[in-house]
Amino acid sequence: MIALSVRDLSLAIGRTNIVDAISFDVAPGEVLALVGESGCGKSVTAQAIMRLLPAAIRQTGGEITLGATSLSNLPARAMRDLRGRQIAMIFQEPQSALDPLATVGNQIAEALRQPLAKVRAEVRQMLVEVGISDPDRRIDQHPFELSGGMCQRVMIAIALIARPAVLIADEPTTALDVTIQAQILALLRRLAAERQTAVVLITHDMGVVADIADRVAVMYAGRVAETGPTAAVFATPAHPYTALLLASIPRLSDVPKSALAVIDGQVPQPADYGAGCRFAGRCPRADRRCVAETPALRPVADGRLVACFHPVGG
Amino acid sequence: MRRISLGTALIFAGLLAFIVAAIGADVFASNDPLRQSLLLRLRPPGTATATAYFPLGTDDLGRDLLARILYGARASLMVAALSVSVSLLVGVTLGLMAGWFGGWVSIVAMRAVDTMLSIPAILLAVLTVAVLGPGFFNLVLVLGLTRWPRYTRVAYAQTLQVAALPYVRAAEMAGCGPGRILLRHVLPNIAGPLMVVATSEFGLMILFEASLSFLGLGIQPPYPSWGSIMSAGRQYVVRAWWLTAFPGACLFGVVLCVNLFGDWLRDRVDPRSQGR
Ligand SMILES: Nc1ncnc2c1ncn2[C@@H]1O[C@H](COP(=O)(O)OP(=O)(O)OP(=O)(O)O)[C@@H](O)[C@H]1O
Ligand SMILES: [Mg+2]
Repeated sequence: MIALSVRDLSLAIGRTNIVDAISFDVAPGEVLALVGESGCGKSVTAQAIMRLLPAAIRQTGGEITLGATSLSNLPARAMRDLRGRQIAMIFQEPQSALDPLATVGNQIAEALRQPLAKVRAEVRQMLVEVGISDPDRRIDQHPFELSGGMCQRVMIAIALIARPAVLIADEPTTALDVTIQAQILALLRRLAAERQTAVVLITHDMGVVADIADRVAVMYAGRVAETGPTAAVFATPAHPYTALLLASIPRLSDVPKSALAVIDGQVPQPADYGAGCRFAGRCPRADRRCVAETPALRPVADGRLVACFHPVGG
Repeated sequence: MRRISLGTALIFAGLLAFIVAAIGADVFASNDPLRQSLLLRLRPPGTATATAYFPLGTDDLGRDLLARILYGARASLMVAALSVSVSLLVGVTLGLMAGWFGGWVSIVAMRAVDTMLSIPAILLAVLTVAVLGPGFFNLVLVLGLTRWPRYTRVAYAQTLQVAALPYVRAAEMAGCGPGRILLRHVLPNIAGPLMVVATSEFGLMILFEASLSFLGLGIQPPYPSWGSIMSAGRQYVVRAWWLTAFPGACLFGVVLCVNLFGDWLRDRVDPRSQGR
């Protein structure tokens, strides 16, 4: 069964293509990590799934399916009803993503489209589940009275209280410090498993991916470079970009010995996307074909798909 | 708690006195404001008879000036409060919608604002009252329906700012519709600046009511209004100074308090002027 399916999604600003035919699926209870460098199109992909793209960005192709419902042709009203109930989203900056003038309880109750008085017990229970101590006091507090980590827990409570089938988390821990990060990720992981929520976790941190993702889709410049089970991708990356990305993660054991591996060159800007593989300019394995033709995603070992003419080890 | 300075305390006291006097006019006035007595015309402040006392004197028809000023305060307060409510409702609704929907909604709303603001407000009010006829209800309607543009401007600019904030985006992502987002998430967060405008408009409305009543286009005789008391007292400025001096002083004091209160409110609402 598939909770969310994205097929050949393409997005553009004017004539400039920023996301090019990306596809991925997430099953209930599964965590899919969408990783990639800044600007590669992760957040706009999430916004396209929610059908809340900024005015400048248009969807030029592709199909998004939630359970059995195709979102692309859904009337605006029906789409709005799905948001928060069937598909929810949390963001990077927990403190500014909460209304400063509304209490925690009211904001959580809003996700149920009910007045707080009616659903207070349920809201309180949700606060307990996201690990907020002293829920009876917290429920009536305002966001400024909470720490960043607590705000993110509240955001998770808002996102999950209506038991959506899909949760999109756009860099949910980037703004938090490291110990809190780990707690929040563990919480997401546990709640997703308990409630069979499909999670799309957007991040640029391979460490986060290794921690909690079942599968990973590595994006590069608006395309999926490689996708597959996390363990397999980490063990034997097939795309040269993935391989370099993994090599650039500092490991405790290497720190004293070797300098950090850095990928040479720059990510191309959307305006400079040409024909051919977008990683070709930085790729040690690139040849003439890579510059001229776009590699399609094709299966390699261990249930993985890779968009490369010369995959590593293959 | 923050300490309140003596000046601020005086402003609050002045406003409170005005509101209490207006609401409790029938309690504080010992005489009927409409009862005439031709034997007691134009008596100076402090006049006492066997049955009545006139602390502020009487007017040209022998009516108690204190009673008339108290009831005049009530007229002022009601006209100002109601017309501010009407224009607040109209102006803020337009501003919120213009800021949220943008496009042609904002073009139409903001052109209407420019048009309204290019007509002198008092002229517009005078013309409309002249057409509709004077009276309490028409006065409220005219003031309410001509004074909304400032609210629209402020609400529009503020909505544009707030709509871009992450928590509004988050509410959208959570499936809130435009009505809910505007009323529950945008409006409370722009209420401060709107209250500042409303306060300064409140002072203006008191002045407008007095001006229109002075011109005979507002509250109609025999009912008292500060404007009409002064208008009647105009012919007797030399013989009976109290007829213009007391309502004039009340008007000045109340509007000053309202404006100072507006400044105080602005300092608290506007983060740029905080900590001074
Ligand atoms: N509101 C917008 N208006 C115009 N262009 C935008 C807008 N939002 C994003 N873009 C453009 O779309 C492209 C993809 O941006 P996106 O925010 O999806 O990147 P990202 O992968 O989420 O990066 P990050 O890791 O920095 O969050 C970028 O080239 C960006 O400049
Ligand atoms: Mg992003």
